Amino acid sequence: MPDMIALSHPASGHPQQRQFNPYSENGGTILAISGADFSVIAGDTRQSEGYSIQTRYAPKVFRLTDKAVLAVNGFAADGNMFVKQVRQRLEWYRHAHAKDMPLRAIARLIQTMLYARRFFPYYVYNILGGIEEDGSGAVYSFDPVGSYERESCRAAGAAQSLVQPFLDNQIYFKNQVPQPGHPHPKHLPLTTVIQLVIDSFTSATERHIEVGDGLEMFVVLAKGSPLYGLENIDGVQEMTATNDGERLFVVRRNLKRD
Amino acid sequence: MSIMEYNGGSVIAMVGKDCVAIASDLRLGNQALGISSNFQKIFPVTDRIYLGLPGLATDVTTLREVFRFRVNMYTIKEEREIEPETFAHLVSSTLYERRFGPYFIEPVMAGLSKVATGGFKPFIAATDLIGCLNFAKDFVVAGTASSKLYGAAEGLWEPDLEPEQLFETISQTMLNAVDRDAYSGWGVVVHVIEKDKITTRTLKGRMD
Amino acid sequence: MATAAVYSSPGFDFSNEIRNNFLASKGIPLPKATSTGTTIVGCIFEDGIILGADTRATEGPIVADKNCEKIHYITESIRCCGAGTAADTEFVTNLISSNMEMHALTHNRKPRVVTAMTMLKQYLFRYQGHVGAALVLGGVDATGPNLFTIAPHGSTDKLPYVTMGSGSLAAMAVFESGWRKGMSREEALTLVKSAISAGIFNDLGSGSNVDACIITANNTEMLRNVEMPNERVQKERTYVFPKGTTAWKKEEVRKLVVQEEVRLVGEAMDTD
Repeated sequence: MPDMIALSHPASGHPQQRQFNPYSENGGTILAISGADFSVIAGDTRQSEGYSIQTRYAPKVFRLTDKAVLAVNGFAADGNMFVKQVRQRLEWYRHAHAKDMPLRAIARLIQTMLYARRFFPYYVYNILGGIEEDGSGAVYSFDPVGSYERESCRAAGAAQSLVQPFLDNQIYFKNQVPQPGHPHPKHLPLTTVIQLVIDSFTSATERHIEVGDGLEMFVVLAKGSPLYGLENIDGVQEMTATNDGERLFVVRRNLKRD
Repeated sequence: MSIMEYNGGSVIAMVGKDCVAIASDLRLGNQALGISSNFQKIFPVTDRIYLGLPGLATDVTTLREVFRFRVNMYTIKEEREIEPETFAHLVSSTLYERRFGPYFIEPVMAGLSKVATGGFKPFIAATDLIGCLNFAKDFVVAGTASSKLYGAAEGLWEPDLEPEQLFETISQTMLNAVDRDAYSGWGVVVHVIEKDKITTRTLKGRMD
Repeated sequence: MATAAVYSSPGFDFSNEIRNNFLASKGIPLPKATSTGTTIVGCIFEDGIILGADTRATEGPIVADKNCEKIHYITESIRCCGAGTAADTEFVTNLISSNMEMHALTHNRKPRVVTAMTMLKQYLFRYQGHVGAALVLGGVDATGPNLFTIAPHGSTDKLPYVTMGSGSLAAMAVFESGWRKGMSREEALTLVKSAISAGIFNDLGSGSNVDACIITANNTEMLRNVEMPNERVQKERTYVFPKGTTAWKKEEVRKLVVQEEVRLVGEAMDTD
């Protein structure tokens, strides 16, 4: 009686549980620093899973508008999809209002988009950098479900714990007593910030196995701001698309590939 | 929770020009609850060797005594002070003896070793909890803030620092790393070892 | 305890087992030791063996040592690459090296590679995989060149070209496409270097430099850091802090040179 056997088979008799884990973790690190009238948003370009490199060039930092750049880190598939949807919402906004969405509004939009998925989140850490309507450089950092904060410096991703203490020390001058007659500057110049970003990533590459291959740095300059010597930096490329006044540049560097 | 986070604490050692430095935090905790802000984790072994023992506090105390005993036995038998390289191997074999029931300690040591010409050479080393030695030329770290220490040290350390510069670099590395670690902090102590003196300083930093 | 501390019996000490098992039963996981996600290889060529290794040691995703040595000394003409739990590879090769020296002294002969292989596999089998060493053993003895892999549970393989560790697939891909019988010393060294490089660049657990060791009938050449393709570039800024940057509360100076001052008290003695 083949039927009877099939019925008494344990697989058909008892309830079975199956599991599917929709998330994975793709390494890499992102970082953003704001100055008085500029903002730098950077990320490495390695994408990995476990001990394998999936690709040596997968951008994690994206131009949203001429004054807003979004860095996404965590689960790469979610990150790419999330950026795609943010860009779509920004396009709708342009069609409706005939202007680019202001940075603080993009930040709030990202919050609502993330919180909309509160119980099946996008597994990504976002850092939004750019220029506010008042012309100041700004950085907004988010957790995966939309809690956010405006800061002037933030690292996220695999090497967050390596980079953030270094930034606290060099950007905020934490634990440093100023030399008599030389108070700490409130804002750092752009060239210094770029140097600190590069050194942060080369350091992270040395000590974290998931960081490396390439470095992509976006620089957003406020309306009417000088170039601060940006034109002399090796391999700089302008990405500005509108005549709104803000200017957008990208600087690419190689990182170690081991 | 890992057992290494039960009491918290971190240690770092760095090489400079003809000098070495070793620093630790002073926190003793019971998980998130702070118990003491004066818990020393660094101990002198000889005049020119200092040993840091971050990890489970009960094992800090036990191992400190074990090493004191073993170094004393060595000194009596050999009728000379132990050299840093030898001491590092003593630490390593003491921990590996308990390969299958380890002490929860990741020792860090710093010292000056004698060279044939009569001078001194900087020496630092660290081991994992079962005694795998790591001789580095720049810096070694251990404890609950280790990843923060790696990042800060990799950024701030430079070769051939003079004793005073080394003090600043190791202090800044330690302070900024422990400020981002919930299980380390509550004060920092730094020892700078030179050929003719050891300078010990207690730093002023965040106490939260 | 008093006697145990003066005379400690050989072998492992399990006296912390009860405490540690208690902690484990309370749901506190025991911490992981440094393990070397590694690329190690070995290959036979016309007159000997070449072993190769990368130099990265990791603790999870963090690089603990950027330039460690993974090719261990067994005897003058036998060497052993180690992958797996770093402390285990270090101590197991040290122990067998010691026993091989004793063996050589007892029998007044140069010991064979199979002897080292047998000692290693029997030791590892006894510990049922708990001593986590994955080894590539190679050398030249009276029987000619010999190359083995030894897995943590004690099983062994004898092959003309072998790879182990997390980068073993990357390295084996190079061997499978490039290895030929009876290669020259230069050809074999180039092949070993590119096999290790494949691991260094394609496996995240491996990195930094290439170490190699060429063993022939009457010479062993340890090529430490034959290739260094991953030197850190010059930093953009210098980070030397000015004196006084760190605030401190208390200072204590321990002088190692004792200052002695001789002061004359009263009249000097008349010595005429």
